[in-house]
Amino acid sequence: MRDERARTDKTTTDKQMTDNRMTDKKMTDKRIENILGNLLRVGVGLSAVIVLCGAAIYLARHGHAPATYRVFQGEPSDLHSVHGIVRDAMHLNGRGIIQLGLLFLIATPVARVIFSIWGFAAEHDLMYVVFTVTVLAILIFSLVGSQM
Amino acid sequence: MNILEFTALVFLGSVIAGLLGSLTGLGGGVVLVPLLTLFFKVDIRYAIGASLVSVIATSSGAAAAYVKEGFSNIRIGMFLEIATTLGALSGAFLAVWIPTNAIAIIFGLMLLISAFLSRKPRSPAERSASPDPLATRLRLNGSFPDLEGTRSYNVQRVPAGFGIMLGAGALSGLLGIGSGALKVLAMDQAMRIPFKVSTTTSNFMIGVTAAASAGVYLHRGYIDPGLSMPVMLGVLAGSLVGTRILVKAETKWLRLVFSTVIVLLGIEMLYKGLSGRL
Repeated sequence: MRDERARTDKTTTDKQMTDNRMTDKKMTDKRIENILGNLLRVGVGLSAVIVLCGAAIYLARHGHAPATYRVFQGEPSDLHSVHGIVRDAMHLNGRGIIQLGLLFLIATPVARVIFSIWGFAAEHDLMYVVFTVTVLAILIFSLVGSQM
Repeated sequence: MNILEFTALVFLGSVIAGLLGSLTGLGGGVVLVPLLTLFFKVDIRYAIGASLVSVIATSSGAAAAYVKEGFSNIRIGMFLEIATTLGALSGAFLAVWIPTNAIAIIFGLMLLISAFLSRKPRSPAERSASPDPLATRLRLNGSFPDLEGTRSYNVQRVPAGFGIMLGAGALSGLLGIGSGALKVLAMDQAMRIPFKVSTTTSNFMIGVTAAASAGVYLHRGYIDPGLSMPVMLGVLAGSLVGTRILVKAETKWLRLVFSTVIVLLGIEMLYKGLSGRL
């Protein structure tokens, strides 16, 4: 609201309003940065812990088998989809648990974009809400489009 | 080599990749793909999948620190992400019609030239230039903690930067690479953003681009948990060390590391383009 007024008001209070907005903005920008940093940290930390658990099981069971990555075989189909990965992880399959952790990792930047929309909206920064929604829309479009 | 030894060695390599990736804003892929394919003889498709995982890990791991300490400019990042995601989308469609070898050769040459350009530090006149009206409107100008205290900066030539970012996005769609190099160059050379802000903001951005393609690669079976596990953990450890270094490092040294890495990347792209291995 204040944003709108500052833009249309061309009187002397205009400058004062802008100044207020600047200090306001600085406060909130800093807060957004803090929350955003924490969000990224939690996302990465959570996925690292899950991957570590999976790694312990995987290495304990298969650690002494030979490593074979020279020839591409593609992953078994249960590790392709979210549904299959969750099912494997539930059965305490090491590779399934690792893959679940990787899913959390992939979701972290997407969660960051979604949070930014909320953050800019809380700041009444309509321009950046539009920017961020655009980015999210393109992201979803490319994720959904790739499955078809 | 058994899986235990393989995992330990890949982990060590990934620590270095994460360290360099977080310092230069390029992500870990630049180092990882050649390391995995040439040294460990891993199939290129598994290597690409692992490299994608590494880019997201470096980006999110390091960004957590960079954003909090006020290096990354989230507005610049969000604004330019429109260009990179749009570019990536169009690149994926264009890939059917455009010879990727030719693009790789052009890209390689471009990197070699820009490695040369980006070594030159900025003159004081360039630093104190007045802000671009468009940058002010978009609220892109900001400040960051320099070695001598907080330093503010004005962003220049926004349209040029936005255009290069479209190209960077298209390249990542066409060639399947993170294109952090172009992101850093667009911000540093075109938009005249301080080097540390450029690399850390690029670092902040690359995770989103990589997440967009991760869905595709997961679906195609490129992401192998056994290989991605040491890569992800190693890269994370390396990127955490990298963020500590960047805060204290002098820009002169960061520029040197950056230009060395992009010379290697340029040679790699030229080789791939000329030998037709893409």
